[in-house]
Amino acid sequence: MPVLTYRDALNQALREEMQRDPNVFLMGEEVGVYQGAYKVSRGLLQEFGEHRVVDTPIAELGFAGIGVGAAMAGLRPVIEFMTWNFALLAIDEVVNSAAKMLYMSGGQIPIPIVFRGPGGAALQLAAQHSQAFEAWYAHVPGLKVVAPSTPYDAKGLLKSAIRDDNPVVFLEGEMLYNVRGEVPEEEYLIPLGVADIKRPGDDVTVICHSKTVAVALKAAEELAGEGISAEVIDLRTIRPLDTDTILKSVMKTNRCVIVEEGWPFCGVGAQVAYEIQRGAFDYLDAPIERVTGADVPMPYNKHLERAAKPAVSQVIEAAKRAAYAD
Amino acid sequence: MATKVLMEALSPTMEEGRVVEWLKAEGETVKAGDVLAEVETDKAVMELQARADGVLRKILAPAGSTVPVGDLVAVIAGPDEDISALLEQRRPATRSQEPAARTQPRAPETKVTPAPAPPAAVTGGQPERADRIKASPLARRLARERGLDLALISGSGPGGRIVKRDLERIEAARPAIPAAIPAAAYRDVPLTQMRKTIARRLVESLGPVPHFFLTVEVDMERAWDAREALNALGEEPRISINDIILKVVATALTRHPECNAWWQGDHIRYFNEVHLGMAVAIEDGLITPVLRNAERKSLREIALEARDLAERARARKLKPEEYTGSTFSVSNLGMLGIDEFTAVINPPEAGIIAVGAVTQQPVVHNGSVTVRRRMRLTMSCDHRVIDGATGARFLQTVKRMLENPLALVW
Repeated sequence: MPVLTYRDALNQALREEMQRDPNVFLMGEEVGVYQGAYKVSRGLLQEFGEHRVVDTPIAELGFAGIGVGAAMAGLRPVIEFMTWNFALLAIDEVVNSAAKMLYMSGGQIPIPIVFRGPGGAALQLAAQHSQAFEAWYAHVPGLKVVAPSTPYDAKGLLKSAIRDDNPVVFLEGEMLYNVRGEVPEEEYLIPLGVADIKRPGDDVTVICHSKTVAVALKAAEELAGEGISAEVIDLRTIRPLDTDTILKSVMKTNRCVIVEEGWPFCGVGAQVAYEIQRGAFDYLDAPIERVTGADVPMPYNKHLERAAKPAVSQVIEAAKRAAYAD
Repeated sequence: MATKVLMEALSPTMEEGRVVEWLKAEGETVKAGDVLAEVETDKAVMELQARADGVLRKILAPAGSTVPVGDLVAVIAGPDEDISALLEQRRPATRSQEPAARTQPRAPETKVTPAPAPPAAVTGGQPERADRIKASPLARRLARERGLDLALISGSGPGGRIVKRDLERIEAARPAIPAAIPAAAYRDVPLTQMRKTIARRLVESLGPVPHFFLTVEVDMERAWDAREALNALGEEPRISINDIILKVVATALTRHPECNAWWQGDHIRYFNEVHLGMAVAIEDGLITPVLRNAERKSLREIALEARDLAERARARKLKPEEYTGSTFSVSNLGMLGIDEFTAVINPPEAGIIAVGAVTQQPVVHNGSVTVRRRMRLTMSCDHRVIDGATGARFLQTVKRMLENPLALVW
């Protein structure tokens, strides 16, 4: 099976969907001539032309709004934000227009749009450019929120997102673009709303998504050396949340650690923990643990930055607390 | 909204209060601030005030009763409001200083998980009770399913929390308990639709364990003679009537496995082995040690083991595995002169037999009135598992064997 980078897997997904459906087009800053700030759109301008690969000014609110309008008119736009930090300027179009149009038109106007780009922290980009926004968008009824961790998932989920008739917020990882993984040659889709067990285990469930999947898998490996078998569940889609897979696992392991890059307060893990205590109360043997980014603006100092991100050691400690093994 | 009237701490050191007199009657309208009752504390007689407007719907602690601080003593609610849920949450701890109206022993309840929702957790305003058991939700569920008493298990988690591994440790320490015995020791039968309906309807009607009672009078002449004859051998141990009853019940259960069962919520577990619980009164309480595989033991073995268990129960030296996992129970108040009584089922078991005293009675025997030794047995049945005729047939076997003890060696 071919091994691709996350960036090339996304590129394949865009190319295949644009070949499949002439209504799909890509718009954003530097997506065309520059081939994408992170080269996700490499070669697309050459293949599909400037009507379908549209470079925009640095005006997030404007081109997000054009995207929503195009979706209202029947096209299937893919709007690339250079990063989700910049998309704060466009959040009115995402939350107030894209998410609500179907509802406010009495079901007449679907908005089949994908907003995509890298989210979360990279390295030393400082407080304003190192933020994970999953919880923000997942809070909004009318939006689907996807955050893949592997090239395989990224491709299959982006194709499903483009074909979905609802607005999808697709959060990639800047630090994931170079991650390599097997991607089949034949076409496949991964349905939205289905989590993936990245590593089966019996003693503790570790729930994660996007970049924290690698953290969780590393922790699971070290825990295995200490006789604790961790099951790693990659949510893949934050909303709709795959509660079934989560509950099934926690009912088996009786313990849970939820890992996310974002801030703790009202984070994704807060919702997941609620679902678990609600649906698997009688199966819990320990309080649900969370490992999150520190509750501070991201420090620029590289040592402080490292300390503010969820670390393997934190996941191990949390898993041991949950397993009463410390 | 319904408001609970709790026994309040009316003095800083008060742990319980005695209701001297209710100044409001059930059905009377009350306002917040009204004096509901006079309560005698460790220091003085104080006033218990209403904390809400409404109707004093139910008085749970009658005048004269002594109630721990934090326990429910009455309910104030709207005139037509449904307060059944509140009443169900009531802790059964209220003690009356008046002679108990009922002689129902609470024997088997010692093994039931303590009241699920202590008032501290419900009202929020009460201090945490010292007897609150800290256990993970999983540990609570497993203990419930396996008939383990959390109060008797020490927790290894933070702050003494009882967690799954503590239960596993207990289970590992007692290979003979039903949950761990080989599959052949029991068979699980899924509920039929009819059984489900019976269970649902009866629980609505009678409470979580829908009891019904069957009483039979047994002629004990031959059992009495058998005991005398055995004891005349002059060997230890001396056999008691209770030993004979235990042996008979165990043997009869092997012929009526439909009564030797656990209600398991979504199925019924029928045991092929008999683990017989025997209620033993101990100082300020009681406990039901278990005769393991009683069906395979001789009368002599049962007599020896029952005596040993009872002695160690009174000395509080039983290990947890010695008083858990019974499949059926026997409670005997005959030695205290009780003629007949009803015993409370020890969940998840489906039945318990309450044994009364052997007394000499005038009865018609072979066409003439003669004096004979008689004894009354009352079986409490969980109707979700045992129907009337099922229990009756089992009780018939018990009666026949007691009236002809040779059946034990047959």
